[in-house]
Amino acid sequence: MAILVGKSSRVLVQGITGREGAFHAGQMLKYGTPIVAGVTPGKGGTNAEGLPVYDSVAEAVASHRADTSIIFVPPPFAADAIVEASAAGVQLVICITEGIPTLDVARAVRFLGERGTRLIGPNCPGVMTPDEAKVGIMPADIYARGHVGLISRSGTLTYEMASLLTGAGLGCSTCVGIGGDPIIGTTFVDVLAMFRDDPDTEAVVLIGEIGGSDEETAAAYIEQTKFPKPVVAFISGRSAPPGKRMGHAGAIISGTSGTPQAKVEAFQRVGVPVADTLDQVITLLRKA
Amino acid sequence: MKLYEFQAKDVFARHGIPVPRGEMVATAAEAQRVARDLGRCVVKAQVHVGGRGKAGGVKVVSTPDEAFAAAEGMLGKPLKGLIVKYVLVEEALSIAKEYYLSVVIDRAPKRPVMIASAMGGVDIEEVAATTPERIARLEIDPAYGPWPFELRALSERAGLDRAVCNAVADVASRLYGVFVESDASLAEINPLVVTEQGTIIAADAKFEVDDNALYRQQALSGFREESEEDPIEAEAHRRGVTYVRLGGDIGIIGNGAGLVMTTLDIVTRQGGRPANFLDIGGGASAEAVREALSIVLMDPNVKGVLFNIFGGITRGDVVANGILEAVGTMDVRVPMVVRMAGTRAEEGLRLLEGSPLIPAAGPVEAAQKIIELVSH
Repeated sequence: MAILVGKSSRVLVQGITGREGAFHAGQMLKYGTPIVAGVTPGKGGTNAEGLPVYDSVAEAVASHRADTSIIFVPPPFAADAIVEASAAGVQLVICITEGIPTLDVARAVRFLGERGTRLIGPNCPGVMTPDEAKVGIMPADIYARGHVGLISRSGTLTYEMASLLTGAGLGCSTCVGIGGDPIIGTTFVDVLAMFRDDPDTEAVVLIGEIGGSDEETAAAYIEQTKFPKPVVAFISGRSAPPGKRMGHAGAIISGTSGTPQAKVEAFQRVGVPVADTLDQVITLLRKA
Repeated sequence: MKLYEFQAKDVFARHGIPVPRGEMVATAAEAQRVARDLGRCVVKAQVHVGGRGKAGGVKVVSTPDEAFAAAEGMLGKPLKGLIVKYVLVEEALSIAKEYYLSVVIDRAPKRPVMIASAMGGVDIEEVAATTPERIARLEIDPAYGPWPFELRALSERAGLDRAVCNAVADVASRLYGVFVESDASLAEINPLVVTEQGTIIAADAKFEVDDNALYRQQALSGFREESEEDPIEAEAHRRGVTYVRLGGDIGIIGNGAGLVMTTLDIVTRQGGRPANFLDIGGGASAEAVREALSIVLMDPNVKGVLFNIFGGITRGDVVANGILEAVGTMDVRVPMVVRMAGTRAEEGLRLLEGSPLIPAAGPVEAAQKIIELVSH
């Protein structure tokens, strides 16, 4: 069961005529992702990567019943693109864009909350259901279908983890990049709940990092719900100094909050092993 | 991006938030001049660090000569590791009460939150740890902003003096206004002073602007150059390179923030000391690699460089060629280890054979190699 994206998704690409949008639309199509159209205001009526382009999400939805959108729109316009998709009835919005002002994201999340639209990201690599759909920028070749659910705040580190899972003969059910921003649409707990109910997922790997308290909230959730599947965690930034933003806008230790030690302890306290290296994640999964 | 106290107060004043009379100066003579106008005043070092009071960075003075001496003792000297370039000379306030007020982005509710407390003038984290019930919070709906009645209720819950509740609510409203208008990530007044005359004044001000919003904060982005305290970080910003200086001797370059953070962790765990964090992002072109390497090598402490590359859509052989090209055009005198994995990593590593770059297939092995090399 594909938890977010799959063969029956009908995907729109917002920002399809830009460099990133065009390139990744092509890559997704190559993988077999069911993309139905693209949107770039002002380029309606043209074609991009063999797909019809519309001026608005509403028009694209009306013509193609799109239910999912992936956004490659530049930061000054990305929050508007997210809200436009929600307003047009798209149910799942995946925003790749890095660099959106945080208050814009807060406003967009607020808007989507009223309509029940799910946002993944922003500043994320997207969602991959191997052998069904790639709605994101991840390198498709390294993924294999399997039973490990992967949730991560990182990009490249996630690819490396997926690659190790493939190499170990384990593979992924769905791989969700939730993004590196301070405010994101979908949290670890949101995806854990989906994996809990997914018969295809037998174990979960969670890749966190410094900043915020999403990992701690996830640990509490795992304990409170007696989460029925083994979870293995990895936290990056364990040697990061406080007060410095480490690449991701959300990767910052502020005073006593967001420290890697608190995250590691939170997981260990509820019986979730925390790997020291990605290789060790595989070892811990096998033991679980 | 952090603003200095005097810049933050300037921004607050423009939004009608009362601040003490005062002026930022860069010389002791200027401090003396300002003190002449103000009478009893406070000389405050302008540095991006907390606890400056305890470190001698805040001095109350009664005469212009004392102001001169206080400023002279601070300017050009380190305070908690940072050189003091400016001091703020302000009227001394007759303080009856000290409150706390701030607006900050709270990641859990995904909203701005206003925080108020009657326990001002102390570290709010300590208050949160010891007497959390003294801290009142208001989650703010970004579609509406705070309603005045909510701000009055917040003041009440914080246990603030009834007589000033309306005035505090007004300041709070303005504080939210400036937070939103300037794309802040933090706007803090600690302490918000109630004077003996019953007026309220922002005695200190902390303001941080969302880096992602600088493109649309033209007026404030001019402060960026000043707010950088490390010259290499400033240069990296100018060139659009994501770089953080860390103080060790092993330069780190990788593709992806999580990957780079993990690389720092591995090097640290193996006993090495990373000199920096640097993320070249996706699509490592020769140009990007050259920029990255030149930034890293600006640091005189760097005795070796570790590249950690995971080829995704970017291919390992393309990256290897990029590194070789970059290194070929630069005079690199330190050992370099390249850990490469992922798409076409074998081809990439093969291309590096015979070059001064030392290949490694795993991050732990790479860390051990570079640590060994820099210890000679």
